[in-house]
Amino acid sequence: AFAFAAPVLADEDAELIVNGDLSIVTKTAAPAHLSDSLDEILSGWRFRNDDTQVMQMDDFDNPGMLGADVGLDQFAAVMGSEGKSCADCHDGPESLSTVRATYPKWNEAAGEVRTMQMQINDCLTNQMGAEAEKYDSAKMLNFEAMLAVAARGTPVNVAIDGPAQSVWETGKELYYTRFGQLELSCANCHEDNYGNMIRADHLSQGQVNGFPTYRLKNAKLNGIQSRFKGCVRDTRAETFNPGSPEFIALELYVASRGNGLSVEGPSVRN
Amino acid sequence: MKRIATTLVVLGLTAGAALAEVAPNDVAFEDGAIEQSLSGTAGNAENGRKIATTKSLGNCVSCHAAEAYADVPFHGEIGPMLDGAGSRWEEAQLRGIVANAKMIFEGTMMPAFYKTNGYIRPGNAYTGKAAEGDLPPLLSAQQVEDVVAYLMTLKDE
Ligand code: HEC
Ligand code: HEC
Ligand code: HEC
Repeated sequence: AFAFAAPVLADEDAELIVNGDLSIVTKTAAPAHLSDSLDEILSGWRFRNDDTQVMQMDDFDNPGMLGADVGLDQFAAVMGSEGKSCADCHDGPESLSTVRATYPKWNEAAGEVRTMQMQINDCLTNQMGAEAEKYDSAKMLNFEAMLAVAARGTPVNVAIDGPAQSVWETGKELYYTRFGQLELSCANCHEDNYGNMIRADHLSQGQVNGFPTYRLKNAKLNGIQSRFKGCVRDTRAETFNPGSPEFIALELYVASRGNGLSVEGPSVRN
Repeated sequence: MKRIATTLVVLGLTAGAALAEVAPNDVAFEDGAIEQSLSGTAGNAENGRKIATTKSLGNCVSCHAAEAYADVPFHGEIGPMLDGAGSRWEEAQLRGIVANAKMIFEGTMMPAFYKTNGYIRPGNAYTGKAAEGDLPPLLSAQQVEDVVAYLMTLKDE
């Protein structure tokens, strides 16, 4: 038996029910495209310790909900030269309740795969005459948190075929590339070793269904691509930046690995 | 001054001072093992233990647990426990495993500690910025020897 100090471990069998009534799927069969590598997919929530898990079970205890509330205010606020708010064109966040589960998504008119943030920036600049927001800015993450709440509990269902497929393939290649001086790929940590400790960190599958995540470590909402950046940096590699074509492709691919899990953001992580 | 000199030795930057140091690109592997000492100087096991358990040095503890360093908090569980490594392997094999484990364990997750090129998007340590030129190896020749000397002390009871 191990005599040395170990951190408090997660309850990987716990079930996530928010506010006593909203059931969140945090474990389910892996989507078909993963059949060669995984049998089941698990949300990062399963790998967090009891205290962190509990914080996400009640919206009053979940600090990420504050961001979602600010997102609602932003939604109603007039921004930009056209004198418009989001609410002028969209009937409240409920009317956008399919967004979080289906993005990144191919946009036919623009001929590109768009993340939520790219779409919101398109509305900000082209519809409202406002300044574009920086990738993963606090304002963007508040919008994202609001849209995550609107979609909470619905299954992630990102399309990987059709015109998005080549971008998805690029993302997949990045996922298995061993970057940096430590020569580590996302798969080394999140596919081959989830459930294992890497020093004091309990490795999850690196799913993105819980984003934006409120991290206790930095006490704010965190975006998907900023998280990717941190993970790539930790391989002693030159990272890509949030908003780069590489991270857009990687987000599409990683999101698709979570097809079937519930949208659960804003989640709480350490 | 003395302190600076010591630091340089630890970093392996005193090229002139090292006796018969084998450069990372000149290492001869045989079935994944390296017969010849990389530094020409016997390893110091005590120093090796420190390197293995210190995050900014070898950081072996991130992936390997061991009763032998039970006093160090938080052991990883990616690789096998290191207790008994000195009984399972010859010194030359351990030198090969630490220098470049991929020569024995094909495709292993364990990083190569005595290698300077062949990386994809190498970064400048943990800054996320691009590396400028060839990187120094993760461990110097002497540090590898020290770690190997430490592993050799991890015998089965
Ligand atoms: C003047 C009208 C207008 C305003 C103001 C506007 N949008 Fe949009 N929005 C649109 C249109 C039109 C689309 C569909 C665009 C397309 O499919 O190319 C859209 C699409 C979206 C989508 C994707 C919907 C989907 O189902 O794929 C999101 C998310 C979104 N908007 C969020 C916002 C937010 C947040 C704001 C405020 C910052 C905002 N929009 C402001 C017109 C607007
Ligand atoms: C050296 C190990 C390592 C590598 C390589 C790595 N990660 Fe991570 N990652 C971690 C650790 C540790 C955490 C925090 C604990 C956890 O959730 O797994 C984490 C967390 C994450 C999370 C947050 C999960 C959540 O539920 O909040 C995502 C997403 C993620 N990683 C994606 C990636 C992607 C994509 C790559 C490749 C570009 C990658 N990681 C490479 C170690 C790694
Ligand atoms: C990122 C993870 C990682 C790090 C860091 C790491 N190792 Fe390993 N190590 C492994 C894995 C995984 C294996 C199993 C080899 C395989 O892939 O089959 C291994 C195997 C070994 C073995 C052979 C195990 C046995 O006894 O059969 C030794 C010895 C070893 N490592 C020593 C070290 C030392 C010393 C360090 C630090 C200088 C280190 N490792 C750092 C992951 C790691």
